[in-house]
Amino acid sequence: MTNLERTEVRIPTILRPYTKGEKVVGASGTTVSEIISSLESDFPGLADRLLEKGELRRFINIYINDEDVRFMGSLEAPVKNGDSITILPAVAGGQM
Amino acid sequence: MVLQVLKAHVEAIFAQASREYPDEACGVILGPAGLDRGEVLTPMVNSAHSPTFYEFESKELLALYRSVDDHDQEIVVIYHSHTETSAYPSRTDIAYASEPGAHYVLVSNRAEIAPKTEFRSFRIVDGVVTEENVEILDSF
Repeated sequence: MTNLERTEVRIPTILRPYTKGEKVVGASGTTVSEIISSLESDFPGLADRLLEKGELRRFINIYINDEDVRFMGSLEAPVKNGDSITILPAVAGGQM
Repeated sequence: MVLQVLKAHVEAIFAQASREYPDEACGVILGPAGLDRGEVLTPMVNSAHSPTFYEFESKELLALYRSVDDHDQEIVVIYHSHTETSAYPSRTDIAYASEPGAHYVLVSNRAEIAPKTEFRSFRIVDGVVTEENVEILDSF
């Protein structure tokens, strides 16, 4: 399957310094991993905020449409034409 | 800096913290974009169901951000309870703080200070914690 269209990716506030303040950017790829590589080539440094040792960071959530990619193959989750991707840092913490 | 917060919201947050004790309770207060005034209290599910950790449930988190965008709102306050320690950001809280524009509210309902409680507000930006005053109002 090819994905020639650009996929819309929503960038959270804390990562917008990498995208020159842009809230929505385009990326190409047929998997989450390829989308992240595409983002990295346009916005160097962004991938490191999403990945750790080649895996999705524990406190970064990525959604394809309404689904958390952790439940659909994580970085290998397939991205189709017309899908929309949202990146959100987890809201988390605690007294430990 | 000062956080202005409604008395009814403060009471509701402590009621939620009591209900969910000994787990940490969490949620947000939303307001119109740009006003820094929290008008809508929105408790969230702590998907960690833990006395030492909280995390907004993943799907609820997405729905929250979508709703905030659709209604031209902002997240004014992100709150959670500490059930054994003081209402001050832990190292974990600081490490995961990712909304530089939000007021991070910590409440403590630990037994050793009962019936007193603590309600404190902080900015957490790039790992730096700055406490701010809290004004509790009957209405805006």
